[in-house]
Amino acid sequence: MSQINPATLADARPALDSAVSVRNVSKNYGDVQALKNLSLEFPRGELTSLLGPSGCGKTTLLKIIAGLLPQSAGQIEVDGKTVTGPGPDRAFVFQDFALLPWANVLRNVAFGLELRGVAKSEREAIAEKYIREVGLAGFEKKFPHQLSGGMRQRVGLARALSVDAQVLLLDEPFSAVDEQTRRKFQEDLLALVANEKKTFIFVTHSIEEAVYVSDQIAILLPRPSRVSEIIRPTSFRGKGVDNIRRDPEYLDIVDEIWASLRSYVE
Amino acid sequence: MMLFGRKLPAMSSLLVWAALWEVVGRMDLTFFVPPISAVFVTLFGLIQTTPFQNALGTTAYAFFLGVGFAIVIGIPVGILMGKTRFLDELLLPWVNIFISAPLTALVPVLMVLFGFGTKTIVITTTLFAIWIIILNARAGVMQINRSMVEMGRSFGASPLDAFFKIYLWAALPEILGGVRIGIIRAVKGVIIGQLLVSIVGFGALFELYSSNFLMKEFWAVLIVLFGLAFTISEFLGYLERKVSFYASAR
Repeated sequence: MSQINPATLADARPALDSAVSVRNVSKNYGDVQALKNLSLEFPRGELTSLLGPSGCGKTTLLKIIAGLLPQSAGQIEVDGKTVTGPGPDRAFVFQDFALLPWANVLRNVAFGLELRGVAKSEREAIAEKYIREVGLAGFEKKFPHQLSGGMRQRVGLARALSVDAQVLLLDEPFSAVDEQTRRKFQEDLLALVANEKKTFIFVTHSIEEAVYVSDQIAILLPRPSRVSEIIRPTSFRGKGVDNIRRDPEYLDIVDEIWASLRSYVE
Repeated sequence: MMLFGRKLPAMSSLLVWAALWEVVGRMDLTFFVPPISAVFVTLFGLIQTTPFQNALGTTAYAFFLGVGFAIVIGIPVGILMGKTRFLDELLLPWVNIFISAPLTALVPVLMVLFGFGTKTIVITTTLFAIWIIILNARAGVMQINRSMVEMGRSFGASPLDAFFKIYLWAALPEILGGVRIGIIRAVKGVIIGQLLVSIVGFGALFELYSSNFLMKEFWAVLIVLFGLAFTISEFLGYLERKVSFYASAR
């Protein structure tokens, strides 16, 4: 198990390739300082979780990375390019799915491509592929209100995958689905990270979920938000989805995170 | 409607009122209420006459043109107001003034501005219909989920795409409701225009029949008008029900 103080992180692994860099970002809402001088690196091809108590600004940070919110100070770089707004290099998965209720699954999945002006036959072929990949084959003609919450989020995930962005931003994607569906999702997410070679940034308030799915966990503490520590689980990632939850390191990290967050939970 | 535990066919309440009307008419209490059967006999005679058909044509022309303008201008303005805080604060006071203004009192001013022809009647019709269409489209856009808007932005929707592919559809249930009420108000608008601006169309018929106390003819034209407004409004109600499945799930 390795736990590295963020200040020494850059020195410890200077060669690590970052897909997304957050440098000295601050965000103020009027007098309220939501993020203060926050810096964080997101390694390419890995899943990084932003974990913290509610109000710690993790969703704010994600939306700043997405280009949906402007930062008050500091800089975001994706692949070395400074972020000034939403771009095709990033795709967002929404907590409440944000599907078009008047469009069927196929059109919803293809909607990101539709907005980019991809021809209908081409975008539908791509959408079909990702609909199969997230396990929704056969539901192409169904409408969102005919699907369960879990299936709706699979549509949201397929939409984000089909635009082929290098960075996927997931804002508490499983918080609106039931526990069993969520577990299945977490397993599928691990496979997705391994297969897709994309960088995932994952906001969650569940400690177990963060430790289960992440290559790197950034713990954010509130008022004003800053990164308090970065945890990189080492030993259980290769052991298969069934063995993670009883791995000693997994259990240790969960306990340790809870110990450091406990005092911030009202 | 339910009666003694049985479901009655749609619009059966109309039959009850028609029966009552017939009874009152036959009792000969007042010249104002002739029996409804006589009104319908007059109606069928009337609709075959050229003056009536011309009046219907004139009225329908002004009505559909007026409603068309109200829809084509009102929906985009309402959507933009719901979307853009600046426009909203700029325009909302005027919309609220005009939606509660006695527009009939404004018609003479319109006559000075636009003359005594069809143009002024069309503008009157539009003015009756447009404000509620704007307000409803605005309300429809304002209740769109924040995440839906962010979804459009994050996938790079151009303003035009966002307008036609997200806002318009997401606000459609409210927009259709606004158009339905707007059309009912437009019926009032077109008749008031035809009475005040230049005595043409159904307005002329109403004027003619009521000043000569021809109540059967008066009621016959009113029933035709009601029938037309009711049909359009029911059609829009049907469209509204078709999109209501997602009104609750936006």
